[in-house]
Amino acid sequence: MKRLLATLSIVLMVAPVLAIDTGEAFDNPEMQARYEKIISEVRCLKCQNQTIKDSNAFLADDLRREIRRLMTEGKSDAEIFDFLVQRYGEFALYRPRMSGITLLLWLAPGVFLLVGGIVVYRVLKKRMSMPIDDDTDSEQVAG
Amino acid sequence: MWRFVTPLVLFGLLVAVFVKGLDPERNLNELPSPFVGKTAPTFDLPGLKDPSTRVGTALYEGETALINVWATWCVGCRQEHDFLLQLSREDVVPIVGINWRDNRDEALRWLAQLGDPYVASGYDGDGRVGIDWGVYGAPETFLVGRDGTVLHKHLGPLDRRIWEEDFMPLIDADGRGGK
Repeated sequence: MKRLLATLSIVLMVAPVLAIDTGEAFDNPEMQARYEKIISEVRCLKCQNQTIKDSNAFLADDLRREIRRLMTEGKSDAEIFDFLVQRYGEFALYRPRMSGITLLLWLAPGVFLLVGGIVVYRVLKKRMSMPIDDDTDSEQVAG
Repeated sequence: MWRFVTPLVLFGLLVAVFVKGLDPERNLNELPSPFVGKTAPTFDLPGLKDPSTRVGTALYEGETALINVWATWCVGCRQEHDFLLQLSREDVVPIVGINWRDNRDEALRWLAQLGDPYVASGYDGDGRVGIDWGVYGAPETFLVGRDGTVLHKHLGPLDRRIWEEDFMPLIDADGRGGK
């Protein structure tokens, strides 16, 4: 037990040092929560499969600093995302917004489902209207 | 009839997608710049050589210009440097540098040793201007037209072939359009 506690305390002591975000945190916990939500939705353009929350690339650092600055200036989440999209394109957001070209991205699954449904419906309808062949009976499993 | 045409069309589409996706020259890191066709962001930075001077948009107003984002830590910048020097000797368009996220002394040494192709370089030590231009990896080169529109953006080192193919036609067209 003692050993466990000792290990745990060492791990906890080291944990803050491992943090990626070296910027100054907000005093206001609400602002900090908002900030963390925003940075977990912005792509690091340098390391494209990471959010800027997870990346320690200097670009991610710069972007975090910019977002903190914009928040201190009282900008809303939407304004901050606009700021990023204007400069880096829709790709900067992990959750692309529903507008313009990304509409295609959002609607595609529905369209595919619809097309697939129509195909299945038509094939089934055709099969149902086909005369039942005697051959098919022999293929049926007894019982 | 449709029984044959539909699969053929679908096959054609699939081939088109693969040809585009598997193109060996495609740079996977390259993103379409949201600035192309729009007004270029303005900037105003302290000069790299002399911090008391300003280097920015005012330097190339009304001219077709090349904005080149560079840094001494950037391998691609070293690769394109000789070509930029050639370009500056040919005096086609002014090349304005943005020294991005760099160490000033090292940047000055780089220019002294390798030559300076730039009309002037601005010093963007904290990367603020870089963000305004949507920069995510040096070298990046923007071609700005006489009316201040971004005509083209290139990610990665420039060379003669890219220059002739992607930049020259736009520069020619821009020169004719404005006069």
